[in-house]
Amino acid sequence: MGSVGKVTPQSMHFDAGLPLQSGAQLRDYTLVYETYGTLNAERSNAVLVCHALNASHHVAGVAADGAVGWWDNLVGPGKPLDTDRFFVIGINNPGSCFGSTGPMHANPDPAAGGRPYGADFPVMTVEDWVDAQALLIERLGITRLAAVLGGSLGGMQAQAWALRYPQRLGHCVVVASAPNLSTQNIAFNEVARRAIVTDPEFHGGHFYAHGVVPKRGLRVARMIGHITYLSDDSMEAKFGRAIRPNADTPAGTEPGYAYTTQDIEFQIESYLRHQGEKFSEYFDANTYLLITRALDYFDPARAHGGDLTRAYEQARDCKFLVVSFTTDWRFSPQRSREIVKAMVDNRIDVSYAEIAAPHGHDAFLLEDPRYHGVMRAYFARIFEGIGQPATPAHRVPVTQARISV
Amino acid sequence: MSERKDYEIIADLVPHGSRVLDLGCGDGTLLAHLCRHRGCTGYGIEIDDANVLACVQRGVNVIQLNLDEGLNLFEDRTFDVVLQLDTLQHLRNAEQMLRETARVGRVGIVSFPNFAHWPNRLQVAAGRMPVTRALPYQWYDTPNIRVGTHTDFGVLARKNGLRILETFGLQEGRVVRVWPNLRASTAVFKFERG
Repeated sequence: MGSVGKVTPQSMHFDAGLPLQSGAQLRDYTLVYETYGTLNAERSNAVLVCHALNASHHVAGVAADGAVGWWDNLVGPGKPLDTDRFFVIGINNPGSCFGSTGPMHANPDPAAGGRPYGADFPVMTVEDWVDAQALLIERLGITRLAAVLGGSLGGMQAQAWALRYPQRLGHCVVVASAPNLSTQNIAFNEVARRAIVTDPEFHGGHFYAHGVVPKRGLRVARMIGHITYLSDDSMEAKFGRAIRPNADTPAGTEPGYAYTTQDIEFQIESYLRHQGEKFSEYFDANTYLLITRALDYFDPARAHGGDLTRAYEQARDCKFLVVSFTTDWRFSPQRSREIVKAMVDNRIDVSYAEIAAPHGHDAFLLEDPRYHGVMRAYFARIFEGIGQPATPAHRVPVTQARISV
Repeated sequence: MSERKDYEIIADLVPHGSRVLDLGCGDGTLLAHLCRHRGCTGYGIEIDDANVLACVQRGVNVIQLNLDEGLNLFEDRTFDVVLQLDTLQHLRNAEQMLRETARVGRVGIVSFPNFAHWPNRLQVAAGRMPVTRALPYQWYDTPNIRVGTHTDFGVLARKNGLRILETFGLQEGRVVRVWPNLRASTAVFKFERG
Protein backbone atom coordinates (compact mmCIF):
# COMPACT_ATOMS: atom_id res chain seq x y z
CA MET A 1 0.00 0.00 0.00
CA GLY A 2 1.40 3.31 -1.02
CA SER A 3 0.84 6.99 -0.88
CA VAL A 4 -0.50 9.10 -3.71
CA GLY A 5 2.76 11.03 -3.23
CA LYS A 6 3.20 14.74 -3.76
CA VAL A 7 -0.07 16.53 -4.36
CA THR A 8 -0.87 20.03 -5.52
CA PRO A 9 -4.18 21.71 -4.81
CA GLN A 10 -6.13 23.22 -7.66
CA SER A 11 -8.72 25.94 -7.55
CA MET A 12 -11.88 26.80 -9.41
CA HIS A 13 -13.54 30.18 -9.47
CA PHE A 14 -17.30 30.71 -9.60
CA ASP A 15 -18.59 34.05 -10.85
CA ALA A 16 -22.25 33.18 -10.35
CA GLY A 17 -23.43 33.55 -6.77
CA LEU A 18 -24.29 30.45 -4.75
CA PRO A 19 -27.82 30.70 -3.34
CA LEU A 20 -27.79 29.68 0.31
CA GLN A 21 -30.39 28.12 2.60
CA SER A 22 -30.48 31.35 4.59
CA GLY A 23 -31.68 33.25 1.54
CA ALA A 24 -28.34 35.02 1.21
CA GLN A 25 -25.84 34.39 -1.58
CA LEU A 26 -22.17 33.59 -1.60
CA ARG A 27 -20.81 35.82 -4.34
CA ASP A 28 -17.76 35.47 -6.48
CA TYR A 29 -16.10 32.57 -4.71
CA THR A 30 -13.24 30.14 -5.21
CA LEU A 31 -13.08 26.49 -4.18
CA VAL A 32 -9.80 24.71 -3.60
CA TYR A 33 -9.66 20.98 -4.30
CA GLU A 34 -7.32 18.05 -4.82
CA THR A 35 -7.73 14.94 -6.93
CA TYR A 36 -5.96 11.59 -6.83
CA GLY A 37 -6.00 8.75 -9.33
CA THR A 38 -7.30 8.95 -12.88
CA LEU A 39 -10.78 9.66 -14.14
CA ASN A 40 -11.71 6.83 -16.52
CA ALA A 41 -12.99 7.42 -20.06
CA GLU A 42 -16.61 6.91 -18.99
CA ARG A 43 -16.08 9.33 -16.08
CA SER A 44 -17.72 6.76 -13.84
CA ASN A 45 -15.06 6.12 -11.20
CA ALA A 46 -15.11 9.40 -9.30
CA VAL A 47 -15.46 9.40 -5.51
CA LEU A 48 -15.97 12.59 -3.54
CA VAL A 49 -14.58 12.68 0.02
CA CYS A 50 -16.26 15.29 2.25
CA HIS A 51 -14.29 16.79 5.10
CA ALA A 52 -15.23 17.36 8.72
CA LEU A 53 -14.67 20.27 11.05
CA ASN A 54 -10.95 20.93 10.99
CA ALA A 55 -9.96 19.15 7.79
CA SER A 56 -9.73 20.25 4.19
CA HIS A 57 -9.41 19.27 0.55
CA HIS A 58 -6.05 17.71 1.43
CA VAL A 59 -7.36 14.18 1.93
CA ALA A 60 -4.34 12.12 0.91
CA GLY A 61 -0.73 12.35 -0.16
CA VAL A 62 1.88 14.89 0.84
CA ALA A 63 1.41 18.63 0.34
CA ALA A 64 4.22 21.01 -0.56
CA ASP A 65 4.67 21.87 3.15
CA GLY A 66 5.06 18.17 3.99
CA ALA A 67 1.59 17.80 5.53
CA VAL A 68 0.13 14.35 5.06
CA GLY A 69 -3.56 14.20 4.05
CA TRP A 70 -6.05 13.76 6.86
CA TRP A 71 -7.41 10.47 5.53
CA ASP A 72 -4.18 9.20 3.99
CA ASN A 73 -4.53 5.84 5.78
CA LEU A 74 -7.73 5.17 3.82
CA VAL A 75 -7.05 6.78 0.45
CA GLY A 76 -4.16 5.82 -1.82
CA PRO A 77 -2.87 3.15 -4.16
CA GLY A 78 -3.85 -0.26 -2.77
CA LYS A 79 -5.64 1.33 0.17
CA PRO A 80 -9.32 0.70 1.00
CA LEU A 81 -10.35 3.61 -1.23
CA ASP A 82 -7.91 2.59 -3.93
CA THR A 83 -6.66 5.43 -6.13
CA ASP A 84 -5.50 2.86 -8.69
CA ARG A 85 -9.20 2.24 -9.29
CA PHE A 86 -10.95 5.44 -8.32
CA PHE A 87 -10.60 9.11 -9.12
CA VAL A 88 -10.84 10.66 -5.67
CA ILE A 89 -11.78 14.30 -5.12
CA GLY A 90 -11.41 16.37 -1.96
CA ILE A 91 -13.00 19.84 -1.89
CA ASN A 92 -12.44 22.52 0.72
CA ASN A 93 -15.82 23.87 1.74
CA PRO A 94 -16.54 27.59 1.47
CA GLY A 95 -16.28 29.31 4.83
CA SER A 96 -13.31 27.14 5.73
CA CYS A 97 -9.81 28.49 6.36
CA PHE A 98 -7.77 26.25 4.09
CA GLY A 99 -7.95 28.06 0.77
CA SER A 100 -11.54 28.19 -0.41
CA THR A 101 -13.31 31.52 0.01
CA GLY A 102 -13.76 32.16 3.71
CA PRO A 103 -14.21 34.83 6.35
CA MET A 104 -10.58 35.93 6.07
CA HIS A 105 -11.00 36.84 2.40
CA ALA A 106 -12.10 40.19 1.00
CA ASN A 107 -15.83 40.82 1.12
CA PRO A 108 -16.90 41.62 -2.47
CA ASP A 109 -19.65 43.90 -1.17
CA PRO A 110 -18.55 47.43 -2.20
CA ALA A 111 -19.73 48.72 1.17
CA ALA A 112 -17.05 46.59 2.82
CA GLY A 113 -14.33 48.56 1.08
CA GLY A 114 -12.22 45.49 0.35
CA ARG A 115 -12.03 44.44 4.00
CA PRO A 116 -12.25 40.77 4.95
CA TYR A 117 -15.70 39.27 5.49
CA GLY A 118 -15.03 38.49 9.13
CA ALA A 119 -18.32 37.99 10.93
CA ASP A 120 -20.20 39.08 7.77
CA PHE A 121 -19.41 35.87 5.94
CA PRO A 122 -22.77 34.31 5.14
CA VAL A 123 -23.90 31.49 7.42
CA MET A 124 -23.40 28.20 5.57
CA THR A 125 -25.27 24.94 5.94
CA VAL A 126 -24.30 21.38 5.04
CA GLU A 127 -26.72 21.66 2.11
CA ASP A 128 -24.99 24.83 0.90
CA TRP A 129 -21.64 23.06 0.93
CA VAL A 130 -23.07 20.15 -1.01
CA ASP A 131 -24.55 22.53 -3.58
CA ALA A 132 -21.12 24.14 -3.99
CA GLN A 133 -19.46 20.72 -4.30
CA ALA A 134 -22.04 19.66 -6.89
CA LEU A 135 -21.23 22.67 -9.07
CA LEU A 136 -17.53 21.88 -8.94
CA ILE A 137 -18.14 18.21 -9.74
CA GLU A 138 -20.28 19.26 -12.70
CA ARG A 139 -17.53 21.52 -13.99
CA LEU A 140 -15.12 18.57 -13.82
CA GLY A 141 -17.43 16.92 -16.36
CA ILE A 142 -18.70 14.31 -13.92
CA THR A 143 -22.44 13.76 -14.10
CA ARG A 144 -22.58 10.87 -11.65
CA LEU A 145 -20.22 10.04 -8.81
CA ALA A 146 -19.47 6.39 -8.07
CA ALA A 147 -19.67 7.33 -4.40
CA VAL A 148 -19.68 10.14 -1.89
CA LEU A 149 -17.87 9.38 1.37
CA GLY A 150 -17.60 11.31 4.60
CA GLY A 151 -17.04 10.90 8.32
CA SER A 152 -18.68 12.91 11.10
CA LEU A 153 -19.70 16.28 9.59
CA GLY A 154 -18.43 14.82 6.30
CA GLY A 155 -20.97 12.03 6.76
CA MET A 156 -23.68 14.65 7.03
CA GLN A 157 -22.56 16.04 3.68
CA ALA A 158 -22.60 12.54 2.20
CA GLN A 159 -26.18 12.14 3.45
CA ALA A 160 -27.13 15.54 2.03
CA TRP A 161 -25.75 14.44 -1.35
CA ALA A 162 -27.99 11.38 -1.35
CA LEU A 163 -30.99 13.46 -0.30
CA ARG A 164 -30.43 16.42 -2.66
CA TYR A 165 -28.81 14.79 -5.68
CA PRO A 166 -29.85 11.12 -5.55
CA GLN A 167 -29.38 10.76 -9.31
CA ARG A 168 -25.81 12.00 -9.16
CA LEU A 169 -24.28 9.30 -6.99
CA GLY A 170 -24.33 5.52 -6.96
CA HIS A 171 -23.22 4.92 -3.39
CA CYS A 172 -23.10 6.89 -0.20
CA VAL A 173 -20.73 6.00 2.64
CA VAL A 174 -21.61 7.57 5.99
CA VAL A 175 -19.07 7.05 8.78
CA ALA A 176 -19.42 8.06 12.46
CA SER A 177 -22.21 10.45 11.64
CA ALA A 178 -25.74 11.28 12.74
CA PRO A 179 -29.09 12.37 11.28
CA ASN A 180 -28.74 15.58 13.30
CA LEU A 181 -26.88 16.83 16.35
CA SER A 182 -28.17 15.84 19.77
CA THR A 183 -28.99 18.53 22.31
CA GLN A 184 -25.75 17.67 24.10
CA ASN A 185 -23.79 18.12 20.84
CA ILE A 186 -25.30 21.56 20.30
CA ALA A 187 -24.50 22.41 23.90
CA PHE A 188 -20.83 21.53 23.40
CA ASN A 189 -20.73 23.62 20.24
CA GLU A 190 -22.24 26.55 22.07
CA VAL A 191 -19.59 26.40 24.80
CA ALA A 192 -16.92 26.45 22.10
CA ARG A 193 -18.54 29.38 20.34
CA ARG A 194 -18.91 31.37 23.55
CA ALA A 195 -15.24 30.79 24.32
CA ILE A 196 -14.34 32.38 20.97
CA VAL A 197 -16.90 35.17 20.92
CA THR A 198 -16.09 36.33 24.45
CA ASP A 199 -12.36 36.47 23.78
CA PRO A 200 -11.54 40.22 23.91
CA GLU A 201 -9.48 39.79 20.75
CA PHE A 202 -12.46 38.50 18.75
CA HIS A 203 -13.66 42.06 18.08
CA GLY A 204 -17.08 40.95 16.95
CA GLY A 205 -15.48 38.76 14.28
CA HIS A 206 -13.50 41.61 12.72
CA PHE A 207 -10.22 40.83 14.46
CA TYR A 208 -8.24 40.77 11.19
CA ALA A 209 -8.33 44.58 11.06
CA HIS A 210 -6.84 44.69 14.57
CA GLY A 211 -3.99 42.41 13.65
CA VAL A 212 -4.89 39.97 16.42
CA VAL A 213 -6.31 36.44 16.69
CA PRO A 214 -8.71 35.33 19.46
CA LYS A 215 -6.37 32.51 20.37
CA ARG A 216 -7.61 32.07 23.91
CA GLY A 217 -11.11 31.36 22.67
CA LEU A 218 -9.88 29.03 19.94
CA ARG A 219 -7.76 27.09 22.43
CA VAL A 220 -10.66 26.51 24.80
CA ALA A 221 -12.97 25.65 21.89
CA ARG A 222 -10.50 23.05 20.69
CA MET A 223 -9.96 21.64 24.17
CA ILE A 224 -13.64 21.00 24.72
CA GLY A 225 -14.02 19.65 21.19
CA HIS A 226 -11.11 17.32 21.69
CA ILE A 227 -12.58 15.86 24.86
CA THR A 228 -15.69 14.88 22.93
CA TYR A 229 -13.68 13.16 20.20
CA LEU A 230 -12.06 10.75 22.64
CA SER A 231 -13.63 8.02 24.72
CA ASP A 232 -13.36 7.98 28.50
CA ASP A 233 -11.46 4.71 28.24
CA SER A 234 -8.97 5.92 25.65
CA MET A 235 -8.21 9.04 27.71
CA GLU A 236 -7.81 6.85 30.78
CA ALA A 237 -5.50 4.49 28.91
CA LYS A 238 -3.42 7.28 27.40
CA PHE A 239 -3.10 9.64 30.37
CA GLY A 240 -4.79 8.18 33.42
CA ARG A 241 -4.10 10.39 36.42
CA ALA A 242 -0.43 10.74 35.48
CA ILE A 243 1.24 13.87 36.83
CA ARG A 244 3.42 15.91 34.54
CA PRO A 245 6.98 15.77 35.83
CA ASN A 246 8.64 19.10 36.59
CA ALA A 247 12.27 20.18 36.86
CA ASP A 248 12.41 19.19 40.55
CA THR A 249 11.35 15.60 39.93
CA PRO A 250 14.38 13.34 40.48
CA ALA A 251 14.92 10.97 37.57
CA GLY A 252 13.19 7.62 37.93
CA THR A 253 10.75 8.76 40.61
CA GLU A 254 7.04 9.47 40.45
CA PRO A 255 6.39 13.19 40.49
CA GLY A 256 4.29 14.48 43.38
CA TYR A 257 1.55 17.10 43.33
CA ALA A 258 2.78 20.66 42.88
CA TYR A 259 -0.32 22.03 44.68
CA THR A 260 -1.06 24.59 42.02
CA THR A 261 -4.43 25.71 40.73
CA GLN A 262 -3.25 27.39 37.56
CA ASP A 263 -0.24 25.52 36.30
CA ILE A 264 -0.41 22.18 34.57
CA GLU A 265 -0.63 19.34 37.07
CA PHE A 266 -1.98 16.32 35.17
CA GLN A 267 -0.73 15.04 31.82
CA ILE A 268 -4.20 15.33 30.32
CA GLU A 269 -4.10 19.08 30.95
CA SER A 270 -0.78 19.31 29.20
CA TYR A 271 -2.16 17.35 26.24
CA LEU A 272 -5.31 19.44 25.90
CA ARG A 273 -3.40 22.71 26.21
CA HIS A 274 -0.99 21.51 23.54
CA GLN A 275 -3.87 20.56 21.22
CA GLY A 276 -5.53 23.93 21.86
CA GLU A 277 -2.29 25.80 21.23
CA LYS A 278 -1.60 24.01 17.94
CA PHE A 279 -5.15 24.58 16.76
CA SER A 280 -5.15 28.29 17.58
CA GLU A 281 -2.05 28.70 15.41
CA TYR A 282 -3.78 27.64 12.20
CA PHE A 283 -7.54 27.71 12.59
CA ASP A 284 -9.76 30.69 11.94
CA ALA A 285 -12.16 31.77 14.68
CA ASN A 286 -14.95 32.76 12.30
CA THR A 287 -14.61 29.46 10.47
CA TYR A 288 -15.02 27.62 13.76
CA LEU A 289 -18.26 29.49 14.43
CA LEU A 290 -19.54 28.85 10.90
CA ILE A 291 -18.73 25.15 10.89
CA THR A 292 -20.19 24.41 14.31
CA ARG A 293 -23.35 26.22 13.23
CA ALA A 294 -23.54 24.14 10.06
CA LEU A 295 -23.36 21.07 12.29
CA ASP A 296 -26.16 22.42 14.49
CA TYR A 297 -28.43 23.20 11.55
CA PHE A 298 -28.16 19.87 9.76
CA ASP A 299 -31.47 18.07 10.23
CA PRO A 300 -32.90 16.59 7.02
CA ALA A 301 -35.97 15.27 8.87
CA ARG A 302 -36.98 18.80 9.82
CA ALA A 303 -38.55 19.53 6.45
CA HIS A 304 -40.64 16.35 6.89
CA GLY A 305 -42.13 17.01 10.28
CA GLY A 306 -39.21 15.32 11.99
CA ASP A 307 -39.75 12.07 10.07
CA LEU A 308 -36.36 10.87 8.84
CA THR A 309 -37.99 8.00 6.95
CA ARG A 310 -39.86 10.47 4.77
CA ALA A 311 -36.67 12.47 4.23
CA TYR A 312 -34.96 9.34 2.96
CA GLU A 313 -37.68 8.64 0.38
CA GLN A 314 -35.56 10.90 -1.84
CA ALA A 315 -32.61 8.55 -1.65
CA ARG A 316 -34.28 5.29 -2.68
CA ASP A 317 -32.08 4.70 -5.69
CA CYS A 318 -28.86 5.19 -3.80
CA LYS A 319 -26.96 2.42 -2.01
CA PHE A 320 -25.44 2.98 1.40
CA LEU A 321 -22.76 1.86 3.77
CA VAL A 322 -23.14 3.20 7.30
CA VAL A 323 -20.39 2.70 9.88
CA SER A 324 -20.32 3.63 13.56
CA PHE A 325 -17.96 3.00 16.47
CA THR A 326 -19.11 1.54 19.76
CA THR A 327 -17.24 4.02 21.98
CA ASP A 328 -18.19 7.11 19.98
CA TRP A 329 -20.40 9.08 22.34
CA ARG A 330 -20.37 12.23 20.24
CA PHE A 331 -21.99 10.46 17.26
CA SER A 332 -23.11 7.28 18.94
CA PRO A 333 -24.07 4.02 17.19
CA GLN A 334 -27.67 4.71 18.19
CA ARG A 335 -27.65 7.78 15.92
CA SER A 336 -26.32 5.72 13.01
CA ARG A 337 -29.06 3.14 13.65
CA GLU A 338 -31.61 5.92 13.24
CA ILE A 339 -30.18 6.58 9.79
CA VAL A 340 -30.21 2.87 8.98
CA LYS A 341 -33.81 2.56 10.14
CA ALA A 342 -34.90 5.38 7.83
CA MET A 343 -33.21 3.53 4.98
CA VAL A 344 -34.68 0.16 5.90
CA ASP A 345 -38.17 1.72 6.08
CA ASN A 346 -37.61 2.83 2.49
CA ARG A 347 -36.24 -0.55 1.40
CA ILE A 348 -32.97 1.11 0.53
CA ASP A 349 -29.91 -1.08 -0.01
CA VAL A 350 -27.79 -0.52 3.07
CA SER A 351 -25.08 -2.30 5.00
CA TYR A 352 -24.27 -1.23 8.52
CA ALA A 353 -21.12 -2.04 10.49
CA GLU A 354 -20.81 -1.22 14.17
CA ILE A 355 -17.10 -1.38 14.89
CA ALA A 356 -15.98 -2.25 18.41
CA ALA A 357 -13.15 0.28 18.62
CA PRO A 358 -11.92 1.90 21.83
CA HIS A 359 -11.03 5.32 20.42
CA GLY A 360 -14.32 7.19 20.52
CA HIS A 361 -15.29 9.51 17.66
CA ASP A 362 -11.66 9.76 16.53
CA ALA A 363 -11.81 6.09 15.52
CA PHE A 364 -13.10 7.07 12.09
CA LEU A 365 -9.70 8.61 11.26
CA LEU A 366 -7.68 5.71 12.63
CA GLU A 367 -6.65 2.48 11.03
CA ASP A 368 -8.66 -0.39 12.47
CA PRO A 369 -8.50 -3.65 10.51
CA ARG A 370 -12.23 -4.41 10.94
CA TYR A 371 -13.24 -0.89 9.93
CA HIS A 372 -10.86 -0.65 7.00
CA GLY A 373 -11.71 -4.22 6.01
CA VAL A 374 -15.37 -3.30 5.57
CA MET A 375 -14.47 -0.09 3.73
CA ARG A 376 -12.12 -1.97 1.41
CA ALA A 377 -14.73 -4.63 0.69
CA TYR A 378 -17.45 -2.06 0.03
CA PHE A 379 -15.33 0.00 -2.35
CA ALA A 380 -14.25 -3.20 -4.11
CA ARG A 381 -17.95 -3.94 -4.73
CA ILE A 382 -18.50 -0.39 -5.97
CA PHE A 383 -15.63 -0.85 -8.39
CA GLU A 384 -17.08 -4.13 -9.67
CA GLY A 385 -20.38 -2.35 -10.25
CA ILE A 386 -18.89 0.52 -12.25
CA GLY A 387 -19.99 0.32 -15.84
CA GLN A 388 -22.91 -1.92 -14.93
CA PRO A 389 -26.31 -0.39 -15.62
CA ALA A 390 -27.83 1.43 -12.65
CA THR A 391 -30.36 -0.45 -10.57
CA PRO A 392 -33.58 -0.75 -12.55
CA ALA A 393 -36.44 1.29 -11.15
CA HIS A 394 -38.41 -1.72 -9.95
CA ARG A 395 -38.63 -0.64 -6.38
CA VAL A 396 -41.88 -1.21 -4.60
CA PRO A 397 -43.14 1.70 -2.53
CA VAL A 398 -42.28 1.76 1.17
CA THR A 399 -44.32 -0.30 3.55
CA GLN A 400 -47.72 0.06 1.99
CA ALA A 401 -49.29 0.65 5.39
CA ARG A 402 -47.06 3.63 5.99
CA ILE A 403 -48.00 5.26 2.72
CA SER A 404 -51.71 4.77 3.06
CA VAL A 405 -51.75 6.46 6.46
CA MET B 1 -28.35 -38.27 -6.73
CA SER B 2 -26.09 -35.61 -5.32
CA GLU B 3 -26.78 -34.29 -1.87
CA ARG B 4 -28.09 -30.79 -1.80
CA LYS B 5 -26.84 -28.28 0.67
CA ASP B 6 -29.22 -27.57 3.54
CA TYR B 7 -29.43 -23.92 2.60
CA GLU B 8 -30.59 -24.79 -0.91
CA ILE B 9 -33.39 -26.94 0.48
CA ILE B 10 -34.44 -24.10 2.75
CA ALA B 11 -34.16 -21.60 -0.10
CA ASP B 12 -36.87 -23.58 -1.88
CA LEU B 13 -39.26 -22.60 0.91
CA VAL B 14 -38.81 -18.91 0.04
CA PRO B 15 -41.15 -17.69 -2.71
CA HIS B 16 -39.57 -15.96 -5.71
CA GLY B 17 -39.21 -12.21 -5.36
CA SER B 18 -39.69 -12.22 -1.59
CA ARG B 19 -38.60 -9.39 0.63
CA VAL B 20 -36.36 -11.28 3.05
CA LEU B 21 -34.87 -10.64 6.48
CA ASP B 22 -32.23 -13.21 7.40
CA LEU B 23 -31.58 -13.15 11.15
CA GLY B 24 -28.11 -14.44 11.90
CA CYS B 25 -27.23 -14.53 8.22
CA GLY B 26 -23.66 -15.74 8.76
CA ASP B 27 -21.44 -15.06 5.77
CA GLY B 28 -24.46 -14.25 3.61
CA THR B 29 -24.40 -17.45 1.51
CA LEU B 30 -28.15 -18.06 1.67
CA LEU B 31 -29.12 -14.42 1.21
CA ALA B 32 -26.81 -14.11 -1.80
CA HIS B 33 -28.34 -17.30 -3.21
CA LEU B 34 -31.88 -15.97 -2.69
CA CYS B 35 -31.04 -12.64 -4.32
CA ARG B 36 -29.24 -14.21 -7.26
CA HIS B 37 -31.43 -17.23 -8.01
CA ARG B 38 -34.83 -16.36 -6.59
CA GLY B 39 -35.03 -12.62 -7.24
CA CYS B 40 -35.28 -11.80 -3.54
CA THR B 41 -34.23 -8.57 -1.83
CA GLY B 42 -33.66 -7.68 1.78
CA TYR B 43 -31.18 -7.67 4.60
CA GLY B 44 -29.11 -10.00 6.70
CA ILE B 45 -28.55 -9.39 10.39
CA GLU B 46 -25.24 -10.45 11.91
CA ILE B 47 -23.35 -9.73 15.10
CA ASP B 48 -19.98 -11.20 14.13
CA ASP B 49 -17.38 -8.87 12.55
CA ALA B 50 -15.92 -11.52 10.24
CA ASN B 51 -19.39 -12.46 8.95
CA VAL B 52 -20.32 -8.81 8.42
CA LEU B 53 -17.18 -8.41 6.35
CA ALA B 54 -17.93 -11.59 4.36
CA CYS B 55 -21.43 -10.26 3.59
CA VAL B 56 -20.08 -6.91 2.38
CA GLN B 57 -17.56 -8.79 0.22
CA ARG B 58 -20.42 -10.84 -1.23
CA GLY B 59 -22.40 -7.69 -1.89
CA VAL B 60 -25.41 -8.58 0.27
CA ASN B 61 -27.00 -6.00 2.55
CA VAL B 62 -25.95 -6.75 6.11
CA ILE B 63 -26.81 -4.91 9.29
CA GLN B 64 -24.62 -5.46 12.32
CA LEU B 65 -26.89 -5.96 15.32
CA ASN B 66 -27.20 -8.08 18.43
CA LEU B 67 -30.46 -9.99 17.99
CA ASP B 68 -30.86 -10.22 21.75
CA GLU B 69 -31.53 -6.46 21.62
CA GLY B 70 -34.65 -7.10 19.52
CA LEU B 71 -35.78 -5.96 16.09
CA ASN B 72 -36.74 -2.33 16.81
CA LEU B 73 -35.18 -1.38 13.50
CA PHE B 74 -38.02 -3.06 11.63
CA GLU B 75 -41.68 -2.11 11.38
CA ASP B 76 -44.49 -4.70 11.54
CA ARG B 77 -44.93 -6.99 8.53
CA THR B 78 -42.25 -5.32 6.42
CA PHE B 79 -40.86 -8.61 5.14
CA ASP B 80 -42.44 -11.47 3.21
CA VAL B 81 -40.13 -13.98 4.84
CA VAL B 82 -38.03 -13.81 7.99
CA LEU B 83 -35.36 -16.50 8.19
CA GLN B 84 -33.85 -17.63 11.42
CA LEU B 85 -31.54 -20.45 10.49
CA ASP B 86 -29.31 -22.08 13.04
CA THR B 87 -29.71 -18.95 15.15
CA LEU B 88 -32.52 -19.53 17.65
CA GLN B 89 -30.38 -21.80 19.82
CA HIS B 90 -27.86 -18.98 20.42
CA LEU B 91 -30.38 -16.44 21.68
CA ARG B 92 -31.08 -15.63 25.28
CA ASN B 93 -34.55 -14.38 24.36
CA ALA B 94 -35.43 -17.18 21.98
CA GLU B 95 -39.18 -16.94 22.53
CA GLN B 96 -39.16 -13.15 22.28
CA MET B 97 -37.25 -13.40 19.00
CA LEU B 98 -39.77 -15.89 17.67
CA ARG B 99 -42.53 -13.38 18.38
CA GLU B 100 -40.46 -10.63 16.76
CA THR B 101 -39.97 -12.85 13.72
CA ALA B 102 -43.72 -13.24 13.43
CA ARG B 103 -44.22 -9.51 13.94
CA VAL B 104 -41.91 -8.21 11.18
CA GLY B 105 -42.58 -10.96 8.63
CA ARG B 106 -45.60 -12.57 7.04
CA VAL B 107 -43.87 -15.93 7.07
CA GLY B 108 -41.12 -17.22 9.35
CA ILE B 109 -38.69 -20.01 8.57
CA VAL B 110 -36.70 -21.43 11.45
CA SER B 111 -34.10 -24.17 11.60
CA PHE B 112 -32.16 -25.42 14.61
CA PRO B 113 -30.37 -28.54 15.83
CA ASN B 114 -32.81 -31.20 16.95
CA PHE B 115 -31.75 -32.43 20.35
CA ALA B 116 -33.99 -35.50 20.04
CA HIS B 117 -32.15 -36.92 17.01
CA TRP B 118 -31.54 -40.59 17.89
CA PRO B 119 -27.73 -40.44 18.37
CA ASN B 120 -28.29 -37.67 20.93
CA ARG B 121 -30.88 -39.80 22.69
CA LEU B 122 -28.41 -42.67 22.88
CA GLN B 123 -25.72 -40.48 24.39
CA VAL B 124 -28.12 -39.01 26.95
CA ALA B 125 -29.34 -42.54 27.74
CA ALA B 126 -25.69 -43.48 28.32
CA GLY B 127 -25.51 -40.64 30.83
CA ARG B 128 -23.61 -38.05 28.76
CA MET B 129 -24.59 -34.84 27.01
CA PRO B 130 -24.44 -35.50 23.27
CA VAL B 131 -21.46 -34.46 21.19
CA THR B 132 -22.17 -35.06 17.49
CA ARG B 133 -21.53 -33.56 14.09
CA ALA B 134 -24.61 -31.35 14.47
CA LEU B 135 -23.89 -30.59 18.14
CA PRO B 136 -20.10 -30.63 18.22
CA TYR B 137 -19.64 -28.80 21.54
CA GLN B 138 -19.09 -29.96 25.07
CA TRP B 139 -21.78 -29.05 27.58
CA TYR B 140 -19.51 -26.46 29.21
CA ASP B 141 -18.51 -24.54 26.07
CA THR B 142 -21.53 -24.82 23.82
CA PRO B 143 -22.89 -21.63 22.24
CA ASN B 144 -26.21 -23.46 21.98
CA ILE B 145 -27.79 -22.04 25.10
CA ARG B 146 -31.31 -23.12 24.05
CA VAL B 147 -31.40 -26.80 23.26
CA GLY B 148 -34.78 -28.08 22.11
CA THR B 149 -36.32 -30.77 20.00
CA HIS B 150 -38.35 -30.81 16.81
CA THR B 151 -41.44 -31.59 18.86
CA ASP B 152 -40.65 -28.89 21.45
CA PHE B 153 -40.66 -26.20 18.78
CA GLY B 154 -44.10 -27.22 17.62
CA VAL B 155 -45.34 -26.74 21.17
CA LEU B 156 -43.68 -23.31 21.47
CA ALA B 157 -45.08 -22.21 18.10
CA ARG B 158 -48.62 -23.15 19.10
CA LYS B 159 -48.19 -21.42 22.46
CA ASN B 160 -47.34 -18.22 20.55
CA GLY B 161 -50.29 -18.55 18.21
CA LEU B 162 -48.23 -19.43 15.15
CA ARG B 163 -49.66 -21.60 12.39
CA ILE B 164 -47.20 -24.15 11.06
CA LEU B 165 -47.29 -24.20 7.26
CA GLU B 166 -44.65 -26.83 6.73
CA THR B 167 -42.18 -28.78 8.83
CA PHE B 168 -39.56 -31.42 8.18
CA GLY B 169 -36.18 -32.58 9.33
CA LEU B 170 -32.87 -32.36 7.52
CA GLN B 171 -30.36 -35.15 7.71
CA GLU B 172 -27.23 -35.23 5.59
CA GLY B 173 -28.72 -33.06 2.89
CA ARG B 174 -32.01 -34.98 2.71
CA VAL B 175 -35.48 -33.97 3.73
CA VAL B 176 -36.91 -36.20 6.48
CA ARG B 177 -40.68 -36.15 6.74
CA VAL B 178 -41.26 -39.38 8.64
CA TRP B 179 -40.44 -39.19 12.35
CA PRO B 180 -38.18 -36.15 11.95
CA ASN B 181 -37.93 -35.76 15.73
CA LEU B 182 -36.08 -39.08 15.84
CA ARG B 183 -34.43 -39.26 12.44
CA ALA B 184 -33.08 -35.78 11.67
CA SER B 185 -30.33 -33.68 13.23
CA THR B 186 -31.90 -30.42 12.07
CA ALA B 187 -35.49 -29.27 12.50
CA VAL B 188 -37.12 -26.91 9.97
CA PHE B 189 -40.39 -25.02 10.42
CA LYS B 190 -42.22 -22.64 8.15
CA PHE B 191 -44.98 -20.74 9.93
CA GLU B 192 -47.17 -17.67 9.90
CA ARG B 193 -49.12 -15.76 12.48
CA GLY B 194 -52.32 -17.67 13.24
